[in-house]
Amino acid sequence: MDLALLLDKTILILILFGVTLFIAMYSTYAERKVAAFLQDRIGPDRAGPFGILQPLADGVKMFMKEEIIPNTADKWLFIIGPGIAMCTALMTSAVIPWGKNITIGGHEIVLQVADINIGILYVFGVVSLGVYGIMIGGWASNNKFSLLGAIRASSQMISYELAMGMALIAILMSTGSLSIRDIVEGQHGWHWNVLYQPLSCLIFIVCAFAECNRTPFDLPECESELVGGYHTEYSSMKLGFYLFAEYTNMFISSAIISSLYFGGYNFPGMDAFSGNTLALLGTAVFFAKIFFFIFFFMWIRWTLPRFRYDQLMRLGWQILIPLAIFNILATGTWMTFKGYLGF
Amino acid sequence: MQLTNRSKVVSNKEMTWVEKMYLPAIFGGLWITIRHFLRKSATIRYPEVKREVSTVYRGKHVLKRDEQGRENCTACGLCAVACPAEAITMDAAERKKGEEHLYREEKYAAKYEINMLRCIFCGLCEEACPKQAIYLTPEFPVANYNRSNFIFGKDKLVEPIDKRIDVSLKKKVHTS
Repeated sequence: MDLALLLDKTILILILFGVTLFIAMYSTYAERKVAAFLQDRIGPDRAGPFGILQPLADGVKMFMKEEIIPNTADKWLFIIGPGIAMCTALMTSAVIPWGKNITIGGHEIVLQVADINIGILYVFGVVSLGVYGIMIGGWASNNKFSLLGAIRASSQMISYELAMGMALIAILMSTGSLSIRDIVEGQHGWHWNVLYQPLSCLIFIVCAFAECNRTPFDLPECESELVGGYHTEYSSMKLGFYLFAEYTNMFISSAIISSLYFGGYNFPGMDAFSGNTLALLGTAVFFAKIFFFIFFFMWIRWTLPRFRYDQLMRLGWQILIPLAIFNILATGTWMTFKGYLGF
Repeated sequence: MQLTNRSKVVSNKEMTWVEKMYLPAIFGGLWITIRHFLRKSATIRYPEVKREVSTVYRGKHVLKRDEQGRENCTACGLCAVACPAEAITMDAAERKKGEEHLYREEKYAAKYEINMLRCIFCGLCEEACPKQAIYLTPEFPVANYNRSNFIFGKDKLVEPIDKRIDVSLKKKVHTS
């Protein structure tokens, strides 16, 4: 590994880290603003112009709050719980291609930390690890509500991961690669996967909502039943970390949905540009897509009520998984016979 | 036996296939919320913008002075008797020589306190007053951190001599 590559990757990782945290931070502000607008209110507007400094004020508040660790809690697990949640949330961004390669003075920079050939599997692996943060936090609190929230979170994640993976298989069949870069490159121009695999896209988005513990699947932190769910006993910045991890997950999910189904950095009419212009435009388009999906997450949250737990399980096991399997069969049949039909 | 004409028959009809998909209903809901997104918000940014209230709104009290700037109140105690929340207390004192420019009547209120946390802003004190001394204004009693600061004395209630409060509209209501 030469020095330039090491430098490239280090800078990219630092930028990604900063951007992810910044977007997660401003997602909290955006969430409150979107909620307010959807409810004919104006939302936070006191800290700075239009309340722009609200996330900073919230951050300071979180750090200043008294830190309470319950006597009966398992101290070490209680402390590392939020850390695991945050860490796994930040790890996923490594395999996402953020744009085409940029060339500066003959030196080519790849806008992706690691183009591993099993990118999708890596994402799934890290996302499944994410449940440990919630599980450990809920278990270590030694509180019935926390434990119930943690159990709900883990069973929900396990159930929906299956349907999510099955939905993805259809995409992998048509692309023939597990690398996210290859999948994005296969959607040149307007040939987005959502147009070819709408059912798979729908299932994936529904499962992404469940994986992020967002409404209508936010049963792990359902206030009306479980106080705060798995973070009932948490206070101060530890609580902040859990909330922050949730928003980071939302950002990463939006990025993955956009790159798998909505063309990533591809956009109609991209052939008119080339070189660095194309790369920068592509990245801008990619971020526009991500922001749209973050908005969509919030839009759904302030529209739909929460599921009941049995409804959640029924949707996952009895509807989404059979649908995903049907989708695999349909894709396979189409791929086998389209040659005979003359397409 | 029918007890009310507002009763509705519960419908347990099976959902159709389209309804079971939920998607049309979800998109309908999204359409409703996004229309609200573009609508003008109903919020009034309170300390900067104040909501319009009626001219006879019953807010914070004022102890009136007459045209020569003398306090109207004669400490008869009728307002305190009329008050259903028992929020008003007062101490009476006799007007000394040389104080004629301060108090209109021979007896005046040396101390006059309204507990703003007890007050229900009904306006009965205003109706009971025989000297047209107390009125409720459209102003709001401002928020405070301390309970004891909600007991308003004469310093907060008597109208300033240079900033008279117009209650002519209120008088019209009472005389008519």
